[in-house]
Amino acid sequence: MAGEGSRAGLTREDAAYVARLARIELTEEELGTYARQLAVVLDHAAEIAALDTSGLVPTAHPLPLENVLRPDVVRPSVDREEVLAMAPAVEDQRFRVPRILGEPS
Amino acid sequence: MSGTWEPVIGLEVHCELKTATKLFCGCRNAFGDEPNTNVCPVCLGLPGSLPVLNEGAVELAMRIGTALHCEIRPSVFHRKNYFYPDMPKDYQVSQYDAPINVGGRLELPDGSTVGIERAHLEEDTGKTGHIGGEGGRIHGAAHSLVDYNRAGVPLVEIVSRPDIFSAAQARLYAGELRAILVASGSSDGRMEEGSMRVDANVSVRPAGRAELGTRCEIKNLNSLHSLARAIEHEIGRQVALIESGERVVQQTRHWDEDQGRTVTLRSKEEAFDYRYFPEPDLVPLSPSADWVADVARSMGPMPADRRRKLTELLGEAAGGRTDQIVGVVEKDLEGLVEAAVAAGIGPALALARTANEASANPDGAREVDPISYVTILRLEQEGLLSATQAKSVLATLLDHGKESAALVAKLGEKGTPAEIAARLGFEALGDDSTARLVSDAVEANPGEWARYLEGEAKLAGFFTGIVMKASKGKANGKVVAAELERLKG
Repeated sequence: MAGEGSRAGLTREDAAYVARLARIELTEEELGTYARQLAVVLDHAAEIAALDTSGLVPTAHPLPLENVLRPDVVRPSVDREEVLAMAPAVEDQRFRVPRILGEPS
Repeated sequence: MSGTWEPVIGLEVHCELKTATKLFCGCRNAFGDEPNTNVCPVCLGLPGSLPVLNEGAVELAMRIGTALHCEIRPSVFHRKNYFYPDMPKDYQVSQYDAPINVGGRLELPDGSTVGIERAHLEEDTGKTGHIGGEGGRIHGAAHSLVDYNRAGVPLVEIVSRPDIFSAAQARLYAGELRAILVASGSSDGRMEEGSMRVDANVSVRPAGRAELGTRCEIKNLNSLHSLARAIEHEIGRQVALIESGERVVQQTRHWDEDQGRTVTLRSKEEAFDYRYFPEPDLVPLSPSADWVADVARSMGPMPADRRRKLTELLGEAAGGRTDQIVGVVEKDLEGLVEAAVAAGIGPALALARTANEASANPDGAREVDPISYVTILRLEQEGLLSATQAKSVLATLLDHGKESAALVAKLGEKGTPAEIAARLGFEALGDDSTARLVSDAVEANPGEWARYLEGEAKLAGFFTGIVMKASKGKANGKVVAAELERLKG
């Protein structure tokens, strides 16, 4: 994946790729700005990656917790009218969305 | 397909877990409810809402892992990011590099074993319907409608190793996996309702080569039949490409059931970059050893164990009858075979009647009184009912289900099996009458009789058929055979 990992010198192409993944439209000037800023972030990550962490267990979560569970018991859902009132468009009790280009996974 | 090519197949199966609620919120997990009635701020991804993991879903995932002989491990949830209206959050919560179940195996009825790579927890997406396109397909659709009842329903995705080498074996794998999901109480395994969905990774390689060919992933397989057809077609397509000097391009393909072919959905270059990262709103999951042991203890035997047990009971009679054994276990009827064998009925007869007559009416068979069932088998075994008659009586008995005991009791509370048979209206034809019908058949077909005398043994079936027809099925096949032998001299 482009832009993955920590390395200095993130390119404009990398920045454009990340912008496309996030569906953000950037001008040429913004692309330059964000490429430079992202490179700084990656440089910082590179410094951390340079440390010897071979003896450490990876941190999965900053909180020292595990197994936060709830019982499998039904709780009331939100009233449909209230739900659909949030939708930009509704048809047939469903959220109406514009034409989809391409299939999901 | 050319014999010089070997197909290699791996399957990815998504199954919806049979929990009461969704994976991260208390909304109902139900199929077929009114659209958008089982939704809340969590599954709609509203800002500020926080997911909390469903203990019941974890338990069912552990059941699946246990049934598949996986190692149950500490796991972490990730966000899989993509823009598509089936998930209002724009990401799906799944397990990525630390799944709950790792490494396992599934034993198939044909004796082969398929390795399991992993079986991880994730949430299902909402259901989209496409309006204005051809047959509800996305292409040419003007717009789409989304129902989020399914968004957040717990799924387990079971990924096999590429250990499957034919369409038939893929079908066996999917069927066996479904049986395990049902037996472990984890899922309905209903492909037609989408509670079990199968994707197939298919590649071909020259037979004998270890290295794998380029694979294609096939989606939209809505039944075991489609699965086998689609794989068969895809193998043929790939072999034809290679043999004509072209190469297989790694891509995702859509199975078109009506056209009977696969079509390109997207190529590797268009593959999604999901930018997985750990879900900050969920802490790691680490089932205790006690919990894992409790789950293992709470589970009944799996289909493979039950088939093994039935095969042992049948002894030599099990040979060449794998299909009947699989069918009896699938329909949950081995109790009838066990009852019959325990009462002295020959294992082959006990299996045959259960695999055929009892399996034809599984609901009746699960309720039938085993003693009454065995009584009919004994009448057949002792020659008091012909096979045809026994099948007919069994059909009546099975139709009576719960009342079968009363039926048989009424007909023959006391008396010999022969008297019971008589009261059932199926008194077997006496040996004398049978002998007469045999000699009639011989006289009417002198040509066939001459050939039979010259050693064409299979003509015994021809004469038996005539006698059975003449006696309307009342003749005993063994008596007919003995009489033919006697006349032959």
